[in-house]
Amino acid sequence: MNSANRLTPYLFMAPAIVIMGIALIYPLGYMMYGSLLDWNPSQSIEEAEFVGLKNYITLWGDPNFHESLAVTLIFAFVGVSIELVLGVGLALLLDRNLRGMTLLRTMFILPMMIAPVVVGLMWRYMFHPTVGTFNRTLEALGLPTVDWLGQNALLSVIIADVWQWTPFIFILSLAALQSLPRSALEAARIDGATAWQQIIHIKLPLMMPVLIVTGLLRLIDAFKVLEVILVLTEGGPGLSTEILALRISRTATEFRELGVAAAMSNYLLILLMLLTAAMFTLSRIQEIRANRVRAAAEEDS
Amino acid sequence: MATAPVQRTNPAFYALLIALVFMSVGPVALMFINSFKLDVDIISGTSGLIFMPTIQNYETALCDILPYELDHLDFCSLKFGEAFINSLIIALISTALTLIIGCMAAYALVRFKFMGRDTASFTTLMVRMVPPAVLLVPVFGLWNNEFCIGRSTMFGEFWRDTFGGRGDLCLAGTYGGIILVYVAMNLPFVIWILQSFIVQVPRSLEEAARVDGAGPFRVFFLVVLPLIKPGLAAAAIFTFRIAWNEYLLASALSDRDTRTVPILIVNNMSEFNVEWGVIMATGMLLAIPPILFTLFASRQIITGMTAGAVKG
Repeated sequence: MNSANRLTPYLFMAPAIVIMGIALIYPLGYMMYGSLLDWNPSQSIEEAEFVGLKNYITLWGDPNFHESLAVTLIFAFVGVSIELVLGVGLALLLDRNLRGMTLLRTMFILPMMIAPVVVGLMWRYMFHPTVGTFNRTLEALGLPTVDWLGQNALLSVIIADVWQWTPFIFILSLAALQSLPRSALEAARIDGATAWQQIIHIKLPLMMPVLIVTGLLRLIDAFKVLEVILVLTEGGPGLSTEILALRISRTATEFRELGVAAAMSNYLLILLMLLTAAMFTLSRIQEIRANRVRAAAEEDS
Repeated sequence: MATAPVQRTNPAFYALLIALVFMSVGPVALMFINSFKLDVDIISGTSGLIFMPTIQNYETALCDILPYELDHLDFCSLKFGEAFINSLIIALISTALTLIIGCMAAYALVRFKFMGRDTASFTTLMVRMVPPAVLLVPVFGLWNNEFCIGRSTMFGEFWRDTFGGRGDLCLAGTYGGIILVYVAMNLPFVIWILQSFIVQVPRSLEEAARVDGAGPFRVFFLVVLPLIKPGLAAAAIFTFRIAWNEYLLASALSDRDTRTVPILIVNNMSEFNVEWGVIMATGMLLAIPPILFTLFASRQIITGMTAGAVKG
């Protein structure tokens, strides 16, 4: 092998490495350093005063930060749990030969593709206290109206997220279901297993690796949600829907404390890092287990 | 699956299907209908479907690029047309760049063994989960203060003499600045998704081309790329979608001339008196490209989604 050949992979990698280095890795390092400063947007980073871990300690004891963290966790875990149950349930229900399946899947992708800003705008209209679709319908039925974006703001935000992202889980679990070994299901049917038994003992365990990856991907994405909530409630009323991403952006732009915002970003990053690590470990374990189940099922048949 | 018998389906099942379709498409349809209503009709809301459709909202939204004067509007305050063009430029260029750079990197990661490959692969995976909000502070700081060409340097002086302006030349506020962030942000995902497509390309084809005397770049562009077209299509749609829909970083980096559509919509939403009709029209215009993708490329989207997630 001559030297030109040895350089080839680096030539292929070079543009990606340069771009990600300049616009991802370097900024992340810059942020870690910035989180140690008392820094406002009108200063350049050299002028900012070095304060050590002060920003982290302030945040650690800041009740507003705690509330924001709690809201983020509730939003992410409750939302994704509902999406998982609905998405997997629908996939199990609709896993059959249907004529319009392709069209149906097309319809289901639509919410995911539309801009979060637009999703927020549609739902803000539907949740509107007087003009909105929901309250009008309730009124027409003679029921009491609901204060969607007031008292129930967090619930409303979760509903919008469930609307947008359940299809993601549905489509991936459907793909997983349809790639299951037919022989195992056939064998179970011949042995007289009921539909429920098939689901609980064969389909769900075999789907588990995909489900875990999908669920964790969704969870990581749920921590990135910002625009929908920004347009729907702007984090209010009070702090009831102010998720971390929104609080970071407000700390940076409204309160003009870049150092604190950077420290908060770092906390969020650590949280996501833990989730990613969990995803890898779990999917590895599940893969091994599923292979064992699959092998056993195929042996039986 | 062709062997499985067609099951008997009861009417309740079809009712469920219709309800599901209604739920997923309903909100979009509602926005579509409302974008053709005057605000009076939206607010009075006597009935959902009986109204005089009007394109006035679209005219108001697009007033800065319409060739004719509008009667109902004295002053064109909403520069939607301009923002739409900005969005198009930014999304298209960043998608093209991300794809070219991303598929080269993915190819190297799949086909070559080299020092640092595992590190590169692992780093790509890890940065994939970085949310835009985390990049907000550093990117704002860097793009405004560090990534600048000083006004006293030769190029800076030349630029100032030719195009005018004061102070240093910075990345913030330019198309290039926003495109750079978007390319970097989308690269990990594109590399990840394309890897699973490149693995499927039979090695024998590449080797045959190499025996015929083609260099690695020729092999890549003439043999591998045509074979992974479905993967490229999927990656392109996802990249375009993010660049087209993103709000936070664009709002931090753009100025009056480089504003994109999401910024414009958010700014109009936070005003005290929301003009629902016009807002819905702008939302509808922003949603057109994603809707077109959904209708015409749903298969690629699903392939891409499954490739991106299932290969854990």
